[in-house]
Amino acid sequence: PFPPLLPPQVLQSRGYQKLVLQVGRGELKPALRGSPALAVEAFRFKDSLAEDLRRADLVISHAGAGSCLETLEEGKPLIVVTNEKLMNNHQLELAKQLHRDGHVLYCNCSTLVETLQSMDLSTLKPYPPGQPEKFALFLDKVVGFQ
Amino acid sequence: MKNFHQYILKGKVSDSTEEIESYKIFRVLTAVYFVFTGGHTTEILRLLSCLSESYSPRHYIFADSDKMSEAKIRSFEQKRAETFSNSQFTLDRIPRSREVRQSWTSSVVTTLYSLLYSLPLTYRLKPDLILCNGPGTCVPVCISALLLRLLGIKRAIIVYVESICRVETLSLSGKILYYFSDYFIVQWPDLKEKYPKSVYLGRVV
Repeated sequence: PFPPLLPPQVLQSRGYQKLVLQVGRGELKPALRGSPALAVEAFRFKDSLAEDLRRADLVISHAGAGSCLETLEEGKPLIVVTNEKLMNNHQLELAKQLHRDGHVLYCNCSTLVETLQSMDLSTLKPYPPGQPEKFALFLDKVVGFQ
Repeated sequence: MKNFHQYILKGKVSDSTEEIESYKIFRVLTAVYFVFTGGHTTEILRLLSCLSESYSPRHYIFADSDKMSEAKIRSFEQKRAETFSNSQFTLDRIPRSREVRQSWTSSVVTTLYSLLYSLPLTYRLKPDLILCNGPGTCVPVCISALLLRLLGIKRAIIVYVESICRVETLSLSGKILYYFSDYFIVQWPDLKEKYPKSVYLGRVV
């Protein structure tokens, strides 16, 4: 849903040289044309986005928990674009909390361009990894393995 | 809680620390259940990544509509087998008790249907510990375990871990299992405040 919202000049002006789109069931030929200054590449789905995330300098995503967490764990700056009409309220819970804690930028479709123009990625706080070892310790006590 | 452990001490009593240490290896669980529905597989595998080899044999139960989980579990277990030599695990599928956006009334029917599969499975394996993180599939499995408990057949400890996605509200499975689990773990402080019986350990995935 993003390409029509994203004028290439905005990305170029922020120094980005390549845009990779996961379009899902959307139009595979991106509405957004590449230019010598901004290459555009699109695909529908991939089993894993890990490789693309590793290469990315900025990720723009919907509020899905999986995408948000995967991006943050890769240590990449993330703009979450919400579409409150399309998403169940509970799916927004995590994105809102991550925004409150300063880990992601948060906007909707109509404020995306503005967000891109004014963003300062250095203000984003790193997302510390979860601590499954605390859970293991707790469970050991419950079960009596200590 | 004490009778929950199975100590296979081979009829010996010993004070030597060394021997007691070696006994620890023999303290076994008859079965550990991991119940989940796709999408949350990554979360539960992360929880498992820190559990010791004592949590064995591991039985994974997931929804039959779940296409993604099996490969993830197999690769997780394969990696685990490199560290621990005697890794044991099984995979079982049961009908999903509730699809996303399914109505309450029809969910009751599908849950009963799912119970037809989970009850014999739970009876056969008699798990000591059930670890689940919803949605859907864990409810019939936990009902089965509670039935076995009521009948005095087996007392399983039920540990429910609410998904990291839930910051302010519980999932439907969570709302149900808040009352029926032995330990209910949430990952955000807001939920701990709303549900005082829950356990908050910070983010664990």
